[in-house]
Amino acid sequence: MFFLENNLLSLMMIMPVIGAAILLIIRHKDQEIEKRNIRQVSLFITFVTFLMSLVLWAGFDNGTAEFQFVEQHSWIGEDISYYIGVDGISMLFVVLTAFLMPIVILASWDSVQDRVREYMIAFLILETLMIGVFTALDIFLFYIFFEGGLIPMYLLIGVWGGMNRIYASFKFFLYTLLGSVLMLVAVLYMYLQSGTTEIPLLMNYNFDVDVQNWLWLAFFASFAVKMPMWPVHTWLPDAHVQAPTGGSVILAGVLLKMGGYGFLRFSLPMLPEATIEFSWLVFALSIIAIIYTSLVALVQEDIKKLIAYSSVAHMGFVTIGIFLLNENGVEGAIFTMLSHGVVSGALFLCVGVIYDRLHTREIGRYGGLAINMKIYAVLFVLFSMASVGLPGTSGFVGEFLVLNGSFAYNSWIAFLAATGVVLGAAYMLYLVRRLIFGDLDKDDVKAMPDLSLREKLVFAPLVIVVLWMGIYPNSFLEPMHASVNALLETHFSTDTSHAAADIIVSPAGR
Amino acid sequence: MEFLSKLIVFMPLAGFLIAGMFGRQIGDRASMLLTSGLVSIGAFLSWVVFTDVISAGNEYSVHVLNWVNSGDLSFNWAFKIDTLTAVMLVVVNTVSSLVHWYSMGYMEEDPHKPRFFAYLSLFTFAMLMLVTSDNLVQMFFGWEGVGLASYLLIGFWFKKPSANAAAIKAFVVNRVGDFGFALGIYAVFLLTGSVEIDVIFSSIQNYEQTQMYFLGGEYHAITVIALLLFVGAMGKSAQLGLHTWLPDAMEGPTPVSALIHAATMVTAGVFLVARFSPVFELSPVALTVVTYVGAATALFAASVGLVQNDIKRVIAYSTCSQLGYMFVALGVSAYGAAVFHLFTHAFFKALLFLGAGSVIHAMHHEQDMRKMGGIKNKIPLTYIVMVIGTLAITGVPFLSGYYSKDMIIEAAYAASRPGAEFAFVMTVAAALMTSFYSWRLIFLTFHGNTRADNHTFDHAHEGPWTIRFPLIVLAIGAVFAGAFYKNQFIGEGRFAFWNGSLVTSAGDVMDKAHDVPAAVIWSPFVAMLVGLSLALYFYRPFDFMKKSDLPARTAQTWDGLYAFLLNKWYFDEFYSFLFVRPAFWLGRVFWKRGDEDTIDGFGPNGVSSLVAGVAARVRKLQTGYVYHYAFAMIIGLAIVVTWFMVNGGGH
Repeated sequence: MFFLENNLLSLMMIMPVIGAAILLIIRHKDQEIEKRNIRQVSLFITFVTFLMSLVLWAGFDNGTAEFQFVEQHSWIGEDISYYIGVDGISMLFVVLTAFLMPIVILASWDSVQDRVREYMIAFLILETLMIGVFTALDIFLFYIFFEGGLIPMYLLIGVWGGMNRIYASFKFFLYTLLGSVLMLVAVLYMYLQSGTTEIPLLMNYNFDVDVQNWLWLAFFASFAVKMPMWPVHTWLPDAHVQAPTGGSVILAGVLLKMGGYGFLRFSLPMLPEATIEFSWLVFALSIIAIIYTSLVALVQEDIKKLIAYSSVAHMGFVTIGIFLLNENGVEGAIFTMLSHGVVSGALFLCVGVIYDRLHTREIGRYGGLAINMKIYAVLFVLFSMASVGLPGTSGFVGEFLVLNGSFAYNSWIAFLAATGVVLGAAYMLYLVRRLIFGDLDKDDVKAMPDLSLREKLVFAPLVIVVLWMGIYPNSFLEPMHASVNALLETHFSTDTSHAAADIIVSPAGR
Repeated sequence: MEFLSKLIVFMPLAGFLIAGMFGRQIGDRASMLLTSGLVSIGAFLSWVVFTDVISAGNEYSVHVLNWVNSGDLSFNWAFKIDTLTAVMLVVVNTVSSLVHWYSMGYMEEDPHKPRFFAYLSLFTFAMLMLVTSDNLVQMFFGWEGVGLASYLLIGFWFKKPSANAAAIKAFVVNRVGDFGFALGIYAVFLLTGSVEIDVIFSSIQNYEQTQMYFLGGEYHAITVIALLLFVGAMGKSAQLGLHTWLPDAMEGPTPVSALIHAATMVTAGVFLVARFSPVFELSPVALTVVTYVGAATALFAASVGLVQNDIKRVIAYSTCSQLGYMFVALGVSAYGAAVFHLFTHAFFKALLFLGAGSVIHAMHHEQDMRKMGGIKNKIPLTYIVMVIGTLAITGVPFLSGYYSKDMIIEAAYAASRPGAEFAFVMTVAAALMTSFYSWRLIFLTFHGNTRADNHTFDHAHEGPWTIRFPLIVLAIGAVFAGAFYKNQFIGEGRFAFWNGSLVTSAGDVMDKAHDVPAAVIWSPFVAMLVGLSLALYFYRPFDFMKKSDLPARTAQTWDGLYAFLLNKWYFDEFYSFLFVRPAFWLGRVFWKRGDEDTIDGFGPNGVSSLVAGVAARVRKLQTGYVYHYAFAMIIGLAIVVTWFMVNGGGH
């Protein structure tokens, strides 16, 4: 167990690579058996990785803000090292990634029939890279994982995508290219300036205030595209629409969280002055995102586009929460990211279920699913409710914390952002009405069967997590406290200064 | 007792889960009996708790589970049991159990009984969480939970487009209210550092003079909080401005209207303000607003109720109007009177709705009163209980509505706060209208010659005992609940009864209400008589009266006013013009002009057209395939790695 504990994170990253290697050598003269074996191995590998992530969670010490499960080996040159570890901010993202992978493999069981081997390999490599992003403690290592993760995603969209996949992956590429070039420049500058690539050291390095602004903007370019924030969000609807179901789930579930994670890991601790300086910009863009994309979601006719736009709106809450720089805001933002990872993943899986049956994403082609797909209807309504933040589901807690934090910061932010709660209900219920309710009058829709056993297995863990996060969120909040607290106290003159800002006690009071 | 309270709250949840998940396996009958049985046990236990709380003066908190800890914010799943909660437990569970039994008869022919009963139990659970909550966030959970149940039940017949539209409207309009409620919670937390009711009340006095920045201005903090919470109350209780969902909610099955849209959910707003009476009491401005809104709603809804033709919509507007009375009582600080009216109203309004359901059941799902008439001998029990309900709501002496409603009107007169005079005038006027539309409903439905087709009329009959039994129980409540409990709710015994769960004090407005002039005391009675006489004069219900076409002629003479009332003061049209259509229009503009033309045009598409024509570019891409990009990135990474390997040491 000693070995396992000391190398847990590396093992979690190697596991999918080993799996990919095994997939390469699986051969059988019967194509179907070969595909089956490939799927089973992939599922097994990702499931084992998930179990390891549970070991990680169980072994995680909630009491400290220090990095845990740290491994460090010299690697390239003298400065760049293979340096990984997790703290309260990153640990649950690793768990989220490992949790979604087996679900994605299982969900792609029947829908992917071409190049199954390559498809599974792409996902396994993607898992390694995603875990790498959340665990890297060397800024250069982070960059490799961060950019490298895009490659399998391009391939997933470009090879297994829909009709217009080339345009979508091209757009995805153009946006992220811009961001990553700027981030690379910033990373190099930081390295040259400070002489270190270790993130924990950089977190305590005081960059010159003028320089901070430029560095902040460079990182912002990359993270804002990843989030995505308005107005650099337009790649997301196209990418989602064209991506295969599994790709959408991972894109929405994990890749979008890399932007938010980047803000928390780099912008806030390394560039605190610039963070305060630019927070107004983030709030403005986030509020626009919430209102603008919610309205756009209202008029969508493509299910995936609608959910993609709703993701942009939800990420608006995340960016607001992060830059509030108080505990409620930051913890709410992390919680919202985790919740959105599960809920939007579930919603894209829901879309996949009906897409597999009717091969269209057009909302108008469906209707009355509550009649012939009863279990499906229940799940869709449940996840929609989680998406609109109904208390008791995961979606509520994060939104509530962010809005509570923002009210203490500035009531305008809370007021404007909270309109998203009303609009969210409108576009989500309008979608539910068109898909699930109404009369079942289309012959091809009538022929659609309810969920198969495999599909039920895909959704069962998601339902459990959505309710668990809603009813007992402390399981997820407790690991965050120490790290979030340390982040705010070390770099920002603590939260109370904001909380007190809006209260005036007149002399007669108290 | 702690365990009892957990049982009361969680039994309906168990019923919901079992009927919802295994309804098809265990069958219709088992689902119905299970859910109804559990809620009935809950109703019995609620009376046990109620008796314990008021006789022994017991008040306690029950911790269930930790919920959220983040920074200074922490709250739990926990119950607060005091008199106010106990009253609500009794109201919710009694009506809910009766409605469960009633539904067995009413929904007999519906193929989706387990789903219906599961929803009813889900609603009951959420409502119980709301009224037992010891903190604002759990209350918000119940608040949105009942909204969800209401959404599901209004849209129960989801094949009907109108039912779906009504369900969405109910949820979204309520969310507007919830928006205010949520902001109110944040403001409370900002001010007091807690969302737990006991902590808030123990410290709220300290903030009487405190100012708060809100949306760029500097305002009295408690007023800001009270008004934000009141926005939530307005949404849930369908007060003027946020009332538009309630009449449409009548698309749901009638038992739902009785339970949710008459007796329980819509009174949640009244409960909220009553629960936070120690906060509202510190803000005369907020109470004035409450008074005005309540009074305006009472009159508005009653005026619209005068001309509606759908039997359920008349009762829905009546509910809206009666809720206005309750808010008037809250606004003039007669909190006990508000909850008393909530209590009596639960009986007679549930009775009227279930009675209407019995009529609809008898008339083969006809709801238009223009196609009814003359059925009083066909369904005599329904007729009798509906008349009892009408006598109660119109405030005929010694029935339940008489005590609670007259108290409100007298308190409004006795109060000295701004808005109270307005409220007095409005509530008396509304009392006249209430009497008119209530009797109009009875006359049109039961009296005169029938306007139904022969087949329907001949086959009209009473429902099974599951329908009749709840009607009888509620009729008993509608007659006696007022007289029996008046001393405790609003009389001399109120201090001991409420035991601090509401703001009550000697010499308050309810004491002053005893000293109002005789003319004031008689005014609701006279208004009731005038309303009744007008209804008699217009609709000529008895055979010995000369028939007249007065209603039609009046409508013609005053066609503008008639259309205005019939179209509900054009609120729906106004909101559609102001909010709904602009939202869709903006959405399309942002999408097509914003995202596609501007952002994409100058962004990725613009960039690619700079390099080459878009078309040529895309063609090239297709031949090049995305591998090229992946390849390009790998090369890029390789270059950087090499650079570091070569130069890594020296900087």
